[in-house]
Amino acid sequence: MRYRTLFPRDVFAALERMQHEMQPPFDWSPSIRGGSGDRFPAMNVGGTPQSVEIYAFAPGVDPATLDVQIEKGVLTIAGERQVETPAEKAAVHIDERFAGRFRRVVTLPDDTDADAVQARYRDGVLHISIARKAAAQPRRIAVQ
Amino acid sequence: MSDNTTKPAAQEAEAARDERCLMPAVDVFEDAGGITLYADLPGVPKDKLSLQVEAGNLTIEGEVALAVPEGMEATHAEVDLLRYRRAFSLSKELDTEKVKAEFANGVLKLRIPKAEHAQPKKIAIRID
Repeated sequence: MRYRTLFPRDVFAALERMQHEMQPPFDWSPSIRGGSGDRFPAMNVGGTPQSVEIYAFAPGVDPATLDVQIEKGVLTIAGERQVETPAEKAAVHIDERFAGRFRRVVTLPDDTDADAVQARYRDGVLHISIARKAAAQPRRIAVQ
Repeated sequence: MSDNTTKPAAQEAEAARDERCLMPAVDVFEDAGGITLYADLPGVPKDKLSLQVEAGNLTIEGEVALAVPEGMEATHAEVDLLRYRRAFSLSKELDTEKVKAEFANGVLKLRIPKAEHAQPKKIAIRID
């Protein structure tokens, strides 16, 4: 499943420039674990100096069935989405929504603290916030 | 009920207007009593969802509102726009006065019943 996006070129350019200018919290290069297109849930990743923020767009999932794990710096989001099936004798006109088991894996940057993780599910989005280790955070040094 | 995006002319007009919207994934089922539509609108809170029926057109719109910490820089975005929009044309036998909508966990469920006169009726055949 993929949301079709129509994206004006200037926004692309602006985003690309932004990505080059800033220090990326971590590198999102093509991974041995697969590409990022056409996957459920769709994911957005961002970062602040204090944390890494991951948003998984997983609407209609029972939060109790979500399994979020961090092991050796790898974050795994797994679960199952059950969609309503049409009544008997009903005609299916459009069938686009993802159904079934899903699993997505993200490699976390080295400075994240696996013991300081918060996960929240709201409006169909799973938001995972992982703190960075204090030692890795930028520190201002006073000049004497 | 037909998806406007399948008509080339409508698609072009739609594309111009919808240039910066995500198209939500939907399921549409039809039974004898009406049409049921499910749409995925993750990240849209209830108060940012808008449904409109006008001149035989159903428009679903929603704005994404995420809890983003201050100063966050996006590094990877598969959902790269913050608005969903999708429109469908409705056929006449659908009763738009009686549309029922539910919205929970980013999934919208719409039930559009067929007008009573349009529901299938078994016609008794009299044999004289």
